[in-house]
Amino acid sequence: MSKEKREIKILRYDPANDKKPHWENYSGEFDSDATILDVLNEIHWKNDGSLAYRRSCRSAICGSCAMKVNGQNVLACETPIHRFKGKIKIEPLPGFPILKDLVVDMESFFEKMNKVKPYLIVDKPLPDKEFHQSPEEFENIREAVTCILCGACTSSCPSLWANNDYMGPAALLKAYRFIFDTRDDAANERIDIVNDKNGIWRCHTIFNCMEACPKDIKITEYLSRLKVKVTENSI
Amino acid sequence: MNIEEAKKYHRLDAVVVGAGLAGLRAALELAKNGHEVAVVTKVYPTRSHSGAAQGGIAASLANVTEDSEELHMFDTVKGSDWLGDQNIIEFFVGEAKKTVYEFEHMGVPFSRTEDGRINQRPFGGHQKPRACFSADITGHVLLHTLYEQCVKHNVHFYNEFQVFSLLVENDISRGVVAWDIRNGGLHTFHAKAVLLATGGYGRAFEITSNAHANTGDSLALILENGLPLEDMEFVQFHPTGLFKHGILMSEACRGEGGYLTNDKGERFMERYAKDKMELAPRDVVSRSEQTEINEGRGGNGEDYVYLDMRHLGEEKIIKRLPQVRDLALNYLKVDMIKEPVPIQPTAHYSMGGIPANINTEVLRDPKGNIIAGLYTAGEASCLSLHGANRLGTNSLQEAATFGRVAGISMSEFVKHNGLENLPANQTDNAEGKISALMEGKGKERHALIREELQKNMTKFAGVYRNEKDMKKLKKIIKDLQARYKKVTIDDKGDAYNMDLFEAFEVGNLLSFSEVMIEAAIARKESRGAHYRTDFPKRDDKKWMKHTFAWKTAKGVKLDHTRKAVIYMDRFPPLERKY
Repeated sequence: MSKEKREIKILRYDPANDKKPHWENYSGEFDSDATILDVLNEIHWKNDGSLAYRRSCRSAICGSCAMKVNGQNVLACETPIHRFKGKIKIEPLPGFPILKDLVVDMESFFEKMNKVKPYLIVDKPLPDKEFHQSPEEFENIREAVTCILCGACTSSCPSLWANNDYMGPAALLKAYRFIFDTRDDAANERIDIVNDKNGIWRCHTIFNCMEACPKDIKITEYLSRLKVKVTENSI
Repeated sequence: MNIEEAKKYHRLDAVVVGAGLAGLRAALELAKNGHEVAVVTKVYPTRSHSGAAQGGIAASLANVTEDSEELHMFDTVKGSDWLGDQNIIEFFVGEAKKTVYEFEHMGVPFSRTEDGRINQRPFGGHQKPRACFSADITGHVLLHTLYEQCVKHNVHFYNEFQVFSLLVENDISRGVVAWDIRNGGLHTFHAKAVLLATGGYGRAFEITSNAHANTGDSLALILENGLPLEDMEFVQFHPTGLFKHGILMSEACRGEGGYLTNDKGERFMERYAKDKMELAPRDVVSRSEQTEINEGRGGNGEDYVYLDMRHLGEEKIIKRLPQVRDLALNYLKVDMIKEPVPIQPTAHYSMGGIPANINTEVLRDPKGNIIAGLYTAGEASCLSLHGANRLGTNSLQEAATFGRVAGISMSEFVKHNGLENLPANQTDNAEGKISALMEGKGKERHALIREELQKNMTKFAGVYRNEKDMKKLKKIIKDLQARYKKVTIDDKGDAYNMDLFEAFEVGNLLSFSEVMIEAAIARKESRGAHYRTDFPKRDDKKWMKHTFAWKTAKGVKLDHTRKAVIYMDRFPPLERKY
C-alpha cells in the first residue's frame, strides 16, 4: 500500500479551556485508501488522545460520524481521503452546538424527530400474522427507511440555519415514512403536525439535504410528495 | 444528599445496559408493564451494532416454501455442532414466528412477496428460505423500529453513559455505576433488576466486522466480580469480510446466489461442501477459504478470495443488496455488478458469554444458582443457543426473543421484590479505575496495546488454531496486561473524554481475551467454529460439555464437569456434513 503525506486541519474546541473553536494543523503519512475516520483515529491514538469525535460501526450504517470535510457533510468512515486534493479541513456538523472538538449536541435533532410521532400507530385490530402490504406499497417507503439519523441533511439546510425552530428534513422524512406506510392509522395527526410554519412549508426545495445524504435518499423529492399530500388533505 | 449528588443518583425499577436489539426489546416490555426503566448506553440507541446486521431474521413462517419449527430446530442443532442446549433451541424456534409478527406490527418495513407477505431468502445452514428481510438492512430497520416504540412508551434513555462497575453484593444485584461521557462524572443507577445487553466483543481481533464499541465491557465486569463466563473459546469468523477492513458483506450475497471463487476462478466450495456449496454454515465456509489462501490459491496469492455476484445482474443487486454494493465501492473501489469482490474471514460473532438460564437470569455457577436481579440477553449472553457455531439470522432472532423474555422475567421480579440497599461507598470501584487512568504515571498508550492484542488474536487464535500458537498468545496477553498497568491518557478533562473510555475498553478486551485463549487451549477437539489443527476431530465422548471459566488471583480457572450439553433423543449427535 502506498503512503502519502497529507496536511490536515481540524477545528478544535474544549469547553473547559477555549472561548471559541480554533484550527489545529496536523500532518502525517496515510495509506492512499485511508478514510477520514482512519486519519482521525491515527491522530487520536498515536499523537493526541484529547481529540474527540464520534464513531462506531465503520460501515456507514450507525450514523455516528457525520461531520463537515472540505465544506461537505459526509460520514467520516466511508469517505476516502483521496477524494480531496490538497489540505483536508475537518469540522463538526454545522447548525448544532459543539460539545467538544467534532462532537456536537444532537438533542434538538432527536427532539424534533419526536414531534412527528415517529412510531407506527395502529388503531385497527392486529392480524394473526403480518399486515398485507404489496411490493408496490413497500416501494413507497423503501428508500426513506434507510435513513440512519446521522444529521447530515438537517445540518446542511439553509432554512434551518435561518430558523432553528424548523423541524428539518430528517424529522419530515420520518413523518413521510409513516404517513406513506399502509399499516399506519395516524396520517391525519401527523399531517396536522407538519402543516405548520416551522414544518413542511419551511422546506424551500434547495436540495442541500439530498446532496448531503450519505445514503443517497431523495429527501427533497419525498418532502415534495409530502407537500402534495398535506395540500390534498386541506382541500 | 445535596442537589449535585441527587442529580447523579437514579432510583429505578430496572436498568438496561446496552441499547441494541436485546436491550431495547427488554426495556420496551418493562415500560409497557408500567415499570420505571432506564436504558444506559455508551452510544445513542440507533448507533448500536444490531443495526449493522444485514441479511435477515430467522423464523419458519413458510411464506416462500414449506417450513417448520422442527426443521428450524434441527438446522440450529446441527449448526451448533451439537453443543447448543436443545431445550433452549426448542423454546427459541417456537417463539421465533411470534417475534417476527410482533416486529411487523410495530412497523418494521419488511421486503414483501408478490402476494404482500414478509419475504424470505435462503441463508447458510438453513434448509429452507427462512431469513425474513428488509433488503440488506434488516438489523437497521429492526433497531430503529424498536427505538421508535421505546420513544412511544417513554423509556428513559441515558445516552453516552459508560458503565464502569456492577453493584453486586451477597449474590444480589443492586445497580450499576456509570460515567457520563458527555459531561463527566459518575452516576449511580440504583435498581431492583439489571440487564446486561452489551452485545459482542469482536474488537479483540484485528480483522473484525464489529464496531469500535464492541469491547465486551460487561464480560470484564462479570469476571471482576468473581463470576464465570461460558464457552468463550467459540468465536465465529464470517466468511465474507471486506479484504483488509473486515467489514461485513452480508451472507445475503450468497443467499441471493453469489459464488465464492479462488485465483483460478474455481468455485472452490465444491471441494468442501458439495451439497450446500456457498450456503454451508459460516465456520465451514471460513475454513474452506482459509485453506484456499494457505495453499496459495488466494487472489493474486494474497490473503483473500473472491465473492462473485456478477451473474445476478444489476437489477437484483441494486434492489436486494444496495448497501453492500456501496460498501465495496467506497472501501475497495470495486463495483460488484462488474467485478468480483476481494473478501476474507472476519471475526464476527461470539457464541460464548455471560451464562444464563432460559429466563435470562445470570448464573453464578454451572450448577444453575443465580445472582438475584441480574439478567443478560443477546450476544453478551450464553444460553447456550448457538453452541459451537451460530447460523446466520439466528442472532437477530435471539436478541429480540430473549430481550422480550428478559423484559418479562424482570417485570415479574420487580413486581415481587423490594429495592435492596446499595453497597457502602458504591462508587469507589469506578472512581479507582478512573483515577488510575487519569493520574497514571506510566508512558504506555492504550491504543498501541490494543493494536498488539488484536494483531496477535487474529494471527494465533483465528480460523485455525493449535496449542503452540495459543500458548505464545497467552504469554503475549500476560505481557500486555502488565503494560496496561502503566497506561496513562492525554485527556484529563470531563467533557467527552474519549481517551478515558477507550482506555477502559482496552482493559476489558485484555481481561476476557485471556479467558478466551485459556478455554481454547483446554478444549482439545474441533467443534463448530473452534478448529484445532492438532485435534482435528470432534470428540463427543469427552467434549459434549460446556466450558465455565473464572478469573482468580492465580489465573483462569476452568470447569468442564458440571454442565453437560442438554440434548433430546430426537436429535442425537450425528456427523456434521453439508
